[in-house]
Amino acid sequence: MADPVLSLRDLRIWYGAERGAVRAVDGVSLDLMPGETVGLVGESGCGKSTLGRGVLGLLPEGAGHAGEVSFKGRNLLDIKQRELRSMRGPELGMIFQEPMTRLNPLMRISDHFEEVLQIHEPKIGKKEARNRSMEALRGMGIPPTRYKQYPHEFSGGMRQRIMIALALVLRPAVVVADEPTTALDVLVEAQILRILADLRRNFDTALLLITHNLGIVAEACDRVAVMYAGRVVEQGPAYDVTTKPSHPYSRELLRSTISLSTTELHSIPGAPPDLVSPPPACRFHPRCPNAMAVCAQQWPPTEATSPGRRSECWLHATDRIPVGLEQPLQREALAASEEA
Amino acid sequence: MSAPVATQTLIEVRDLNVHFAINASFKARVTGRGGATVKAVDGVSFDLHEGEVLGLVGESGSGKTTLGRALLGLVRPTSGSVKLRGEELVGLPERDLRPKRRHLQMVFQDPHASLNPGMTLQTALAHPLQIHKLTSGDAETQAKVRETLELVGLFPTQRFSDSFPSDLSGGQKQRAAIARAIITGPDLVVADEPVSMLDMSVRAKILDLMIDLKERIGLTYVYVTHDLASAKFFCDRVAIMYLGRIVEIGTVDEIFNEPKHPYTQALIRAIPEPDPDKALPRDLPRGEIPDAARPPLGCSFHPRCPKAFNICGWEARDLQTMLESRWMDLGEDRYGEERPLVGDFSKLKSTEHDAFLPAGSGKDPGELLALLEKIRAEEPDEPMWTGVKEMHAEAHGVRVTFEPGIDPPLYETGGAKAACLLYKPD
Amino acid sequence: MTATTSVTGAPDTPPTTGPPKRRGGILSKIAAPYKQSHGVQRFMLVTGTAVSLIIVLLAIFAPLIAPFSFDTYQADGARFPTQGEPSDVNPWGTTVQGFDVMSRTIYGARTALEVLILAVVFSLAIGVPLGLISGYVGGWLDRIMVLIMDALFAFPYLLLAIVAAFLLTNTIDSGIVVTAIAITVVYVPQYFRVVRASTLSAREATYIEAARAMGAKPSTIIRKYLFGNVVQSVPVIATLNAADAILTLAGLGFLGLGIQPSEAAEWGYDLQRAIADAGAGIWWTALYPGLGIVLAVTALTLVGEGLNDVLNPTLRRRRIKRPVISSSAVGPASAPTTEREAG
Repeated sequence: MADPVLSLRDLRIWYGAERGAVRAVDGVSLDLMPGETVGLVGESGCGKSTLGRGVLGLLPEGAGHAGEVSFKGRNLLDIKQRELRSMRGPELGMIFQEPMTRLNPLMRISDHFEEVLQIHEPKIGKKEARNRSMEALRGMGIPPTRYKQYPHEFSGGMRQRIMIALALVLRPAVVVADEPTTALDVLVEAQILRILADLRRNFDTALLLITHNLGIVAEACDRVAVMYAGRVVEQGPAYDVTTKPSHPYSRELLRSTISLSTTELHSIPGAPPDLVSPPPACRFHPRCPNAMAVCAQQWPPTEATSPGRRSECWLHATDRIPVGLEQPLQREALAASEEA
Repeated sequence: MSAPVATQTLIEVRDLNVHFAINASFKARVTGRGGATVKAVDGVSFDLHEGEVLGLVGESGSGKTTLGRALLGLVRPTSGSVKLRGEELVGLPERDLRPKRRHLQMVFQDPHASLNPGMTLQTALAHPLQIHKLTSGDAETQAKVRETLELVGLFPTQRFSDSFPSDLSGGQKQRAAIARAIITGPDLVVADEPVSMLDMSVRAKILDLMIDLKERIGLTYVYVTHDLASAKFFCDRVAIMYLGRIVEIGTVDEIFNEPKHPYTQALIRAIPEPDPDKALPRDLPRGEIPDAARPPLGCSFHPRCPKAFNICGWEARDLQTMLESRWMDLGEDRYGEERPLVGDFSKLKSTEHDAFLPAGSGKDPGELLALLEKIRAEEPDEPMWTGVKEMHAEAHGVRVTFEPGIDPPLYETGGAKAACLLYKPD
Repeated sequence: MTATTSVTGAPDTPPTTGPPKRRGGILSKIAAPYKQSHGVQRFMLVTGTAVSLIIVLLAIFAPLIAPFSFDTYQADGARFPTQGEPSDVNPWGTTVQGFDVMSRTIYGARTALEVLILAVVFSLAIGVPLGLISGYVGGWLDRIMVLIMDALFAFPYLLLAIVAAFLLTNTIDSGIVVTAIAITVVYVPQYFRVVRASTLSAREATYIEAARAMGAKPSTIIRKYLFGNVVQSVPVIATLNAADAILTLAGLGFLGLGIQPSEAAEWGYDLQRAIADAGAGIWWTALYPGLGIVLAVTALTLVGEGLNDVLNPTLRRRRIKRPVISSSAVGPASAPTTEREAG
């Protein structure tokens, strides 16, 4: 197997807030292989976006960090801002949720592309730049006749595709896409998902796709990492995780998704914890239907449940639970109102 | 969901129109005249029975939200009729409409924005009661607020009645917003995407609550959403909207088991399912929702429709779309060969069913005609060609004559009603 | 119960640390900006407030603090000297008319406070409701109101105040009220603009539409839903305008308009009388009233700018310590190297 293009080791990103440190990302280890698409799912407030930005070395002001984000043998968190900026584009790309705010309304689409290409590849000729840009746009379904138009002449879906094309025109090694289709309509979303799914065949770009929609994960991702309260509780091939989730949180999240085949509503009791003072030990234990006494007292081990899959849960290390702590956890029932 | 029990009609909507004037140009803005109109709701008719849940499903810009608001008179309909138990609401002055609001309530999409940040839940919930003078005295008001908070699952009520919206989570806020909507004992609640801003893990709980309330206090819902999956679960009947029109309306079983309109069929197939064995189909409609200020001729879905045929309303714009999508698929070389033959698209002229495609400067219109004929031969499956009656070269370009299109009304199909010419009786 | 909001689609942001909840007594509301401020902001706020408080105390207790009344020209039967140097009897000297400078300066604070309070009350009472109605109702009413207010705004403010004072002098007896109204005319457009602007944005909020859907009348919506969310911008502008109003008041007094010398002591009037003295080396007649104006304006400006920095979200910068990730506080790393096949 190839070496990962990007690997996170015990990454922690804590925000400062008046009440104390917000542990948005708290001990995440994850690998991105060249050309693969990894989905990052979880409820809001679980640290998905913080992790996504942290992967690119974009830390919010006043955030502390530990661990490493190694990319081509270097820790991105230690690199100077100036150098990091020059890496964004040719090495690291980002696709945001709201495309309109990222395009300059006074610049033609062609200017956006040519500017990006000229900054990062100064030797590129005008003709070459044009061809590369049009090729990238074609791949995203933007007709070449519209190359000279301004951003406002495009619809929301087209702008998002232009943003994706713009992020990919330099062929970066890693792209983070933060909810790229959330603001879009179903049919347009499907078009973009198809484009993203095609990407992994045509490019070597590794894509970290942040989403709350498990349908998108099943559709467009090779692997998936399920995040809860700042930690990746389960990761593995998208097919396996979406068909046979091994962590109770992944299972509950999947069950609570309303899809066309839903015949019965299901929801997870309670709400994601306050990340300033998360619950001790396993962070999911207050909401977990399978919680045991040990879950509230000792950190669950990270177990490989099958090749390429890891799950952070005591259910997969029952042989190591201290004697007397296997019984179900006694706790007060959560009121219906204690929800997210 | 069980089939709706046939009861009396609560709301009757006939030929409802909501048009907005948009003053695009400076002159139009100054004079207030000459701007275009957007038909946000365009001739919509349906009945709503008591105790029923009707889903209004569509993409953004389909007019579903405007329709929901027009039912309540929050947006003034341009024409048409909305009758609540036989009583006309359209055209009533605001003053006379206000007392009716007691019976017609709304739950908004964004729970964070729909509650006044400066009011405690107690004050916020008591206010509708005071407006409609439904209680006498503070004690009764307070008791009613408590009761309603309990009804929506916000208990212990004393903890919630004094809290401000900023103290609550998203789901709790939406519960409070629902409480505010039901406290006056309404007949109809229009729920505008009530769960779309909430997390997956909470959506089910809010939908559960709404179903529960429907049974306990006898509500009728209009559920406005873009999410077909939740509509399938929650609704009795579903109306699919596209560019201000209802393009298909029927029971949930009809719509989801046997969708008739190609748009509905596409929507249902486009939902990404968490089941990895179901991949998205690759033949989904191209393009995006057209500009509502200039809707396509004939059936407004025809430019994207895979099943479109000769009478769907082909016009000049479709010619441009066809050429553009062809050039997108062709390589740079072919594009470079073909593009110069065609002139500036902004000079593309259109009269009724006629289009004039200008030739590139200094190019022979005959060459352009030959190109179009070649494309027609290469891509016979392109639906647009079914609508092209004739093409001939003129002085500076090619004139293309299209088959006259028909704007389809809702046809009976044996199941759901669909506004599609495929079901046009001969 | 957690403070974490959950909006799917919105980026995961850390729980916002907005201003503390508006609850509790009015005292805690007033104290809030002082608690939230830091560094320079806090210094500005505290200094400004302290100086303002001293001036207010001087104004209120002027009869107790000042050695004489503002129009006293004699003590124990002996007339004060005119333009007398600071002495034991008149610590800051006397004016050309033979009044005690210290007493007049202290009483001047009283006049300024009276005019300010009246002017602010008038401006609020006119500007805020007009702004609310204009912003909420919109349409022609709004256009006409904006036109009028902009016309007022376009005038040089002192000219406007002079005209207003001139017109009113004969109809209203009290010079203080006349001056207060003249100042009100100048500052109403500012309140109107600020309130109208925030009304325009608040009007689009969903909770306003929700109130409409509830069946609330426009007047109820304005009172119960708009007012509370719109007035938050008023304290800042009121304080800044108050500073400006002191200058207008002094300007009017300097020109001999508004308050009659027999009615109250006024810094601007005193300065005008002291013009000739400065050339003759008589510094005390001009220094103390001038100092009064400068201190009052500076203090109010400091409070206003300080409040603006704290309350205005676009200027506010949170100062939060970078969290230190201590090894004792963290859970185990989930490193893939520690993988172990499950039995």
